[in-house]
Amino acid sequence: MPESVTVRGLPVEVARNLLETMIKSRYLEDRLHSLYLQSRIQGRLISGRGQEAIAVGAAAALEPDEVICPVHRDLGSHLQRGTPPLAVLLHYFRRQAGPSRGRDGDIHMAEWSRRVFPMVSHLPDSWPIAVGIALASRLSGRPRAVLALSGDGASSAGLWHESLNLAAVFKTPNVFVIENNQYAYSTPTSKQFTIERLADRGAAYGIPSSTVDGNDVVAVYLAVQQAAERARSGDGPTLIEAMTMRMDGHAVHDPADYVPKKLLDEWRKRDPIDRLIAELVPGHLGANELNDLRSRIQREIDGAVVEAESAALPDPAELMDGVYA
Amino acid sequence: MVNNQATSGLDSLTKGGSDGILTLRVATTEHSSSSSADQRSGAWFEESSAHPKSENTVTYLEAITQALRDELSCDPRVVLLGEDIGAMGGAFRVTRGLFEEFGEDRVIDTPMCEAGIVGMAIGLAVSGFRPIVELQFADFISCAYDMLVNEAAKLHYRFGVSVPLVIRCPSGAGVGAGPFHSQSPEGVFSHIPGLKVVCPGTVQDAYGLLRAAVADSNPVLYFEHKALYRSLAEPLDPSLESPGIGMAVVRRRGSRLTLITYGSLLRTCIQVADEFAAQGTPVTVVDLRSLQPLDKASLVAAVAETGRAVIVHEDTLTYGVGAEVAAVLAESAFFNLDAPIRRVAPPDCPVPTAKVLEEAFLPQIETIRGVVAECLNL
Repeated sequence: MPESVTVRGLPVEVARNLLETMIKSRYLEDRLHSLYLQSRIQGRLISGRGQEAIAVGAAAALEPDEVICPVHRDLGSHLQRGTPPLAVLLHYFRRQAGPSRGRDGDIHMAEWSRRVFPMVSHLPDSWPIAVGIALASRLSGRPRAVLALSGDGASSAGLWHESLNLAAVFKTPNVFVIENNQYAYSTPTSKQFTIERLADRGAAYGIPSSTVDGNDVVAVYLAVQQAAERARSGDGPTLIEAMTMRMDGHAVHDPADYVPKKLLDEWRKRDPIDRLIAELVPGHLGANELNDLRSRIQREIDGAVVEAESAALPDPAELMDGVYA
Repeated sequence: MVNNQATSGLDSLTKGGSDGILTLRVATTEHSSSSSADQRSGAWFEESSAHPKSENTVTYLEAITQALRDELSCDPRVVLLGEDIGAMGGAFRVTRGLFEEFGEDRVIDTPMCEAGIVGMAIGLAVSGFRPIVELQFADFISCAYDMLVNEAAKLHYRFGVSVPLVIRCPSGAGVGAGPFHSQSPEGVFSHIPGLKVVCPGTVQDAYGLLRAAVADSNPVLYFEHKALYRSLAEPLDPSLESPGIGMAVVRRRGSRLTLITYGSLLRTCIQVADEFAAQGTPVTVVDLRSLQPLDKASLVAAVAETGRAVIVHEDTLTYGVGAEVAAVLAESAFFNLDAPIRRVAPPDCPVPTAKVLEEAFLPQIETIRGVVAECLNL
């Protein structure tokens, strides 16, 4: 394949990789959903189905040594960074071999060894930390981009604004991405803020900002790539608002009756995976290749489910291990 | 979080508002010989003439500055963050001179947002730095509660990521600073698994515990009592080995009763112990120094020897440090006790501003004397 072949400026190989991770994320969440309905995993389950383009596209635009701070609809960010589905499943099954050894659960997950920072329920707590991580790289003399994601809901919290201001003042190499999925639990954006675009808030802090189609993985990738390059060059933070739609409830237990069906139908037509497939198949990816890819992903994840479920539980005798370093 | 309203003649002393009034009051009562010009130029913050110093004698505040300077000098990972800590040297001038010496990348002035500052420090800590945050007043720690309790305290337990972070908290009452500049919130944070809490009550510990806090791989809250800043001057030997976090120390040894305290009330307790000793009733004084972890073994041993325990602290009474200490003693020293355990602490009340009210709030030496005497059936 000649090097110049691109999908709207994105090398085809990169686009195929993004597709693979999005399919992997979708299938893994589908499996988690059925495991949850079968009561094989406990607690709650939060879905990012339909928002894979942001989680995957943004994460892919960073270098492997650059930190990502994903939130609860960003399973794809972890997968894109290389966290294997088995590690994710060990975590959801709360097994000893999982990244948190049963201490934390569901999407509160990350492998720090892969430079992914674990989220907490309090949002957007990762944001000032992302500013600190970015400041650390700047002080070390080699600015590295640090990606921090948030939903539209967290944009109402004071800490969100403190973080943008701190990043602007210290000119840190941050890339902030808002996943505007139009609902904070049951609250529509019309009841969260009165401005047209959350990206407009960047101006209040002297931070350049833009709005992108969050269901277009190529657009997300290119926007984050440009912002990351700007961050590495020492030009400071960027704010990107990615427009999308939450296709499931806040969590699996939430039927989301408050969301108009028509809105969901409309957004279903803009599914990020379908859209990328339409661009890649058949010119850049054969139909058989796509089927093989799907089969391979399903086999890997199905095998990982069996392995994770039969893995050892944490040892209660180790309850107190790690409270202090 | 301090109002920046200009208060003529006082705004150079602090950031203004009630703090200016606080400073004036202290300046006129403790330094009545200072000229008003000195007060206006910030002289109260510069030096205390109350304690003529010998060569190796420094104030509590100077010991903290020295520890910061030594850390900045010997460890390139150490950075300071806080409001007004740069060219101004901090509201209490603890960082005075460090900005000039180490530059703006090591002594980092921040906007006024405690949650953001602590969050940023956590980010630095997980990136290999050793950040030391100065909260302008311990009271403002409430703004950063979430960052400390949900991020810093839990990160290592959840994912094995250590957070070597020090939060300096100028705490305590005694200068009429009122409900928002006088609190002693150490008990609240001693209750949080994952955090460590230290409260130095001597010059040597102010230095040693700060260095131990920086060396620790965990988030450490370092409560420095404002009333000790310039009123306490003692010899400092920076070469002495740091006591380490979690070690109580016996400051006076006596067979009849054990006083247990920390921070600014250590001096008062030592005075009471010396008075009783002079009257033939020797009293032990245990300085806890570290509230989390608590040196239970030393505590129990010190009370087992005397059979009587009085706990004294400046944080309020109910569910306070004294409650935990009393529970430890009830569990582990019960059969050595000859009298009920007693606590001397402020009532469950915000810290009031008026001098007469603040005095009624704070444990006074007469009260401690009285409770000790009661406990001894004297």
